[in-house]
Amino acid sequence: MAARMITGQTAEIAGPKKAFVIPKPEVAASMIKRATRPLLVVGSKAKEIKTKDGDLVDTVIRIHNTGKIQVVATAHIIGEFKKRGVEGIHSMQMMNLGDRLRDPEWKGLDGEGSYDLVAFIGTIYYMEWLVESGLKNFAINLRTISLNRHYQPNAQWSLGTVPEDQWRQVIDKISSILEEG
Amino acid sequence: MTKRDLKLKIDELSSTLGTFKGLEIEVGRIYDEEWEEKMGPTPFPSVGTFRDWDRKLLERYKPFYMPFCDLCCLCTFGKCDLTGDKRGACGLTMAGQQSRIVLLACCIGASTHCAHARHMLDHLIEEFGRDAPIEVALNTNVEAPNIRLVCGIKPNTLRDLEDALDYVETQLVQLVAAAHTGQEGDNIDFESKAFHAGMLDHVAMEVADIEQIATLGMPKGIPDTPMTELGFSCIDPNKAVIMCIGHNVLPSVDIIDYLMENDLFGEVEIGGLCCTAHDNSRYNKRAKVIGPISWQLRYLRSGIPDLIVVDEQCIRTDILIEAEKLGVPVIATSEKSMLGLPNRTHDPPDNIVSDLVEGKAPGALIIEPKKVGEVAVKTVLGVAPKRKDYKPLSGDDIQKLAEHCRNCEECVRACPNNLPIMEAVQQAAEGDFELLGDIYPACVGCGRCESACPEDLPLITFFNKGAEERIANEKFPMRVGRGAVQDVEIREVGRGIVFGEIPGVVALVGCANYPKGGADVAKIAEEFLNRRFIVVATGCAAMDLAMIRDEEGQNLYEKYPGNFDAGGLINIGSCVSNAHITGAAIKIANIFAKRPLRANYEEIADYIYNRVGAVGVAWGAMSQKAASIASGCWRLGIPVVVGPHGAKYRRNLLGRKENDEDWVTYDARTGKEVYVGPAPEHLFYAAETAEEAIVMIAKLSMRPNDTTKGRAVKLSHYIDLHQKYYGIMPDDLVYFVRREADIPFTMKDEILEYLKEKGWVEDKIAIPDPTLLSRMVRRRE
Repeated sequence: MAARMITGQTAEIAGPKKAFVIPKPEVAASMIKRATRPLLVVGSKAKEIKTKDGDLVDTVIRIHNTGKIQVVATAHIIGEFKKRGVEGIHSMQMMNLGDRLRDPEWKGLDGEGSYDLVAFIGTIYYMEWLVESGLKNFAINLRTISLNRHYQPNAQWSLGTVPEDQWRQVIDKISSILEEG
Repeated sequence: MTKRDLKLKIDELSSTLGTFKGLEIEVGRIYDEEWEEKMGPTPFPSVGTFRDWDRKLLERYKPFYMPFCDLCCLCTFGKCDLTGDKRGACGLTMAGQQSRIVLLACCIGASTHCAHARHMLDHLIEEFGRDAPIEVALNTNVEAPNIRLVCGIKPNTLRDLEDALDYVETQLVQLVAAAHTGQEGDNIDFESKAFHAGMLDHVAMEVADIEQIATLGMPKGIPDTPMTELGFSCIDPNKAVIMCIGHNVLPSVDIIDYLMENDLFGEVEIGGLCCTAHDNSRYNKRAKVIGPISWQLRYLRSGIPDLIVVDEQCIRTDILIEAEKLGVPVIATSEKSMLGLPNRTHDPPDNIVSDLVEGKAPGALIIEPKKVGEVAVKTVLGVAPKRKDYKPLSGDDIQKLAEHCRNCEECVRACPNNLPIMEAVQQAAEGDFELLGDIYPACVGCGRCESACPEDLPLITFFNKGAEERIANEKFPMRVGRGAVQDVEIREVGRGIVFGEIPGVVALVGCANYPKGGADVAKIAEEFLNRRFIVVATGCAAMDLAMIRDEEGQNLYEKYPGNFDAGGLINIGSCVSNAHITGAAIKIANIFAKRPLRANYEEIADYIYNRVGAVGVAWGAMSQKAASIASGCWRLGIPVVVGPHGAKYRRNLLGRKENDEDWVTYDARTGKEVYVGPAPEHLFYAAETAEEAIVMIAKLSMRPNDTTKGRAVKLSHYIDLHQKYYGIMPDDLVYFVRREADIPFTMKDEILEYLKEKGWVEDKIAIPDPTLLSRMVRRRE
């Protein structure tokens, strides 16, 4: 019997400090609700990922409408939100964002101050892995959580790797809790 | 410049001073100085010579580190955990370790090109003599801009190139030594050293390319080089097929010569992968280009090649194992990549051929290129008939194998691009190969999926099957690599580039580790060709951009001319030809602006940084060579954009546009320090998508020296592309519009209103005679 394999993209295993697994959607929602200045980072894969609402862009719009968390779209994905008539979502490229998130002096996308929690969703796996590595090492007071379907070791908290259907339910549950207030 | 060794030996000399016996006088170098330009301030610079220049750049473009590994495993104290604010046993921080790894990567890259250049130079000197002249390009006096700039020498012969390589080798040893435990500790000093490695790399690449151009009859900078054939189906499988992989053209040259001398091109096809393919086609257009580096496994699995010849760099290290499965012998030709094969260099050719044809040996190491030529051709002619009946896996075979899939998803997790491999295999088990075919163009050919599969399914072969029809039509024209840009072309476009009227030069270079396949490279190229940028390409990128046809069936090489001018698409050549791209930027400063070139690195880099809107794009950057090539661009002030996988180089060099104090420069006319805005905003940037990259490339082409007309042209492209791909107006125009006249005429009202809302102040951004070097100030007010 072979030794147990660690879940994670091959050759992208973590260092000694690895993310805690978020045990249930309520915990993720609670972390977002308790944060003073949370930010949701939506990556370029959002349009390709199916959710109970349609695609992940639709689900993020739902979360955005709760007003519980600022949303920033990376790459060119802001266009999708505009097409769907949504205002108030920020746009910043992943590298520019990562670079600023590690800076405690940064005033944030709205100029109101730095963030205390950053959640990632719809991102390219390895790019998120790397940016979270940068934040783990150079923004040690920033809480990072990964809401993607595959475990992200470099976040502080991450959903575990689960089948697609299960992940859709988890995201739907998080969205519902945020909607409930 | 030429140099000679002088040795004077006198057995007995009587003079007024007395009698001397056994007198020996030896002088190592005598230079016949033919170059009138006086020596500049920094000939043969050492590791620290440009530290201040590098720090100026790194002050603006601070590294954002993204550790790929939180541990250091390089000494026996370790492993040391460097996470967060921890330090290793040697005292090194995480930032220090990441920059150290960057340095090592750049040293590996530069050493690889240098070793390649040295190997070829030794061989070419043996064949053509040390005094063989160097002629690199027609209508060109500045034959070696990187060598002249860095070393301060003007090479005339092969012998002179030895001086340049001696220098590069000496410096590389210093740089590698700096990475030893307990040496350098400061991350910015490590970064500066990485820049040094990059600069050396461009010298080494220049040596490598000009020596082969000068001696092997490759095109000398002509714009209308012939078209060669590229793609899977450019090879006639009814002939015996030799597949050459790597970067060093010498063994392939002798294969081609042997085929020519024996009139065997009718019976044998020679096709190449990666840069050897480029250089083969530069040597003889009958040599075919199969494709980029990522196609090794997929082409081998097609069963078409009857013999594999590997030289050096980017070769799959399991190529022998893969070839053995198909009964294809392998000839290794370089001491850098011997694959464990027995050295048969001194054996009679017919003995080697016999062993390979009869399958007594899986391969042979032959270091002598001439012998490779004879053995390869004789072997392939013997092997091909035996492999005539070979058939790759049939659809039925694949369906049966696919039924073994355990649905574990390990293939998807192992895939660098998370392609839906498991789903495709499940479909294949039902006899539907469509999704397998969809994966083919996006697959980077790494084979990690196979390695992860608990059932050992040959998934690359599966993708080939799915794409059978596509593969049968994969045949494209590609303009053969032309080499250097002529001086006369620089004279014609220099003004347009420096004043911004030609909006920029986009250099598409590097490997094939793409996030979504090679089509993105063609998309990026065409976007800028249509906008009258100059687009140059090398290596795998130059191949991949050929593989998309428009509705009329034409590809980019057929649609756009090969001259170095607005709207031109120039295939410069192989990896080592990248030196001609930085060379062109250097020549703009020297030939157009008449800035002294000789050993005058800082001034030329300062000129390029502030005036030449060139942007490097390595969309599929994978190797350490790509890292060092990029690093050579950074030191010259040329920004580089990479694809998302490029973030794995462990750090980006990013500007912060909102920090006004970062973007202050001298006005050389007055000595005043003025704000010029974030142009260019970044020095090294990983884009998440091709769309993001396109917009960023347009933005990074802006320079402080742009005239109002030039800035208006550049802004119009930036705004238009932003609206096209992001669907909105860019939110940072306040940093780039200097005065009303900068605003593109057709967008004036809209942009003015927007700028006023953002509190834009006209003339906040100066248009000086920009320089970062205090010594370049002509008059102080």
